[in-house]
Amino acid sequence: MCLGVPGRVEKVEGTWAEVSYGSVRTRISVALVPEVQPGEFVIVHAGFAIAKVNQEEAEETLRILGELGAS
Amino acid sequence: MRVEDLVEPFRDRKATLALAERLAVAVTRPTRLMEVCGTHTVAFLRAGLASLVPERLSLIAGPGCPVCVTSASDIATATLLAEQPEVIVTTFGDMLRVPAGGRSLEASRAQGAKVRVVTSPMESLDLARANPGYKVVFLAIGFETTAPSVAATVKEAAVEDVRNYLVFVAHKLIPPAMEALLESGEVAIDGYLCPGHVSAIIGAQAYQPLAEKFRVPCVVTGFEPTDLLEGMCEAAEMVASGEHGVRNQYRRVVRWEGNERARALVDEVFQVADAEWRGLGVIPRSGLMLRNEFARFDARRAFDLSDAPQAADAPGCRCGEVLRGLIAPPQCALFGSICTPESPQGACMVSSEGACRAYYRYGGMEGA
Repeated sequence: MCLGVPGRVEKVEGTWAEVSYGSVRTRISVALVPEVQPGEFVIVHAGFAIAKVNQEEAEETLRILGELGAS
Repeated sequence: MRVEDLVEPFRDRKATLALAERLAVAVTRPTRLMEVCGTHTVAFLRAGLASLVPERLSLIAGPGCPVCVTSASDIATATLLAEQPEVIVTTFGDMLRVPAGGRSLEASRAQGAKVRVVTSPMESLDLARANPGYKVVFLAIGFETTAPSVAATVKEAAVEDVRNYLVFVAHKLIPPAMEALLESGEVAIDGYLCPGHVSAIIGAQAYQPLAEKFRVPCVVTGFEPTDLLEGMCEAAEMVASGEHGVRNQYRRVVRWEGNERARALVDEVFQVADAEWRGLGVIPRSGLMLRNEFARFDARRAFDLSDAPQAADAPGCRCGEVLRGLIAPPQCALFGSICTPESPQGACMVSSEGACRAYYRYGGMEGA
């Protein structure tokens, strides 16, 4: 129920957007994150983007995980 | 960055093992952490993390499964609504099979009631537009994660003046339940892993008052294996050093202040109300109801529900104790014997996020 899946915003039209998950595309509402732009990532829950992914934070965590994985 | 980069590296085996080593060092004494969220329970068991966690660390599943905590009376009432000839009930799929005093939405549907499964509240509004001759009722369950989507949908229905759309609100709020568990003192909790997607809305800030009041560590945690282990490490380190307060492991999604736009929408459409939780009883100010301005969308006010059946759990079902963290699913005598996903006796075995279902499917944690 609180499952949220990351998706990439491809196109925004008003409060709706097209997001892709790899090769799959769906139409979701961005009424809760109206500032979102194509190319950004969101967490999708029940047909709505509930949060924008902070790419800087994601990259920082990825860097740390990369170091852990390499050690 | 590709979308896969937000998933695959967070499941990296070597990083997972490195974090498990850090966790083994961090847990210096017997430590009991509650993962409040059902999605955490499932993610943890599915990733096979139980075998990587030191024996002195117990993870306790909490009340964070929206289907599970929906009261039997609400479900029985929903079946009654579905049986009205002019009504179509729309719901998330997990609700269909939840038993409530001998009733279930699935059983009602088998007898001709109109029950449709949707994956988004907007889909239920589409059904209302497409079926003007029917009243379309959406069963609004879920926590702070889901309530903003429902608020946005109700607002859209109001703007368009969709007159045959109704919402049966059974939303629940997580921090009051976390407080109620600590207040009751029934279950020893050294720290909380706080639900990542609830927190995306309410912000890490939301746990600050209870972290202070009960001097408990709270760590907002994501859902991939490395997220879970890192969250456990942070919580265990706080427990070991006697620190309390709020930390945010899931910074790529959760901001300290949360999603203010989403909360403003919820505040516009809903007001806080007392709510009945399966297993936990009535918790003050732990639910939502539609504000008077949106009363025309309120299924609880639109129908006469005075003879709605009072429903009780199946005899012997210990779902309530599972939801309060008092027992692990295998401690219930029904678990795996007469209660299975094929023939569930209680909500915790029905929902894909229910602790009983997760333990049944992925195997239980020893020592939990």
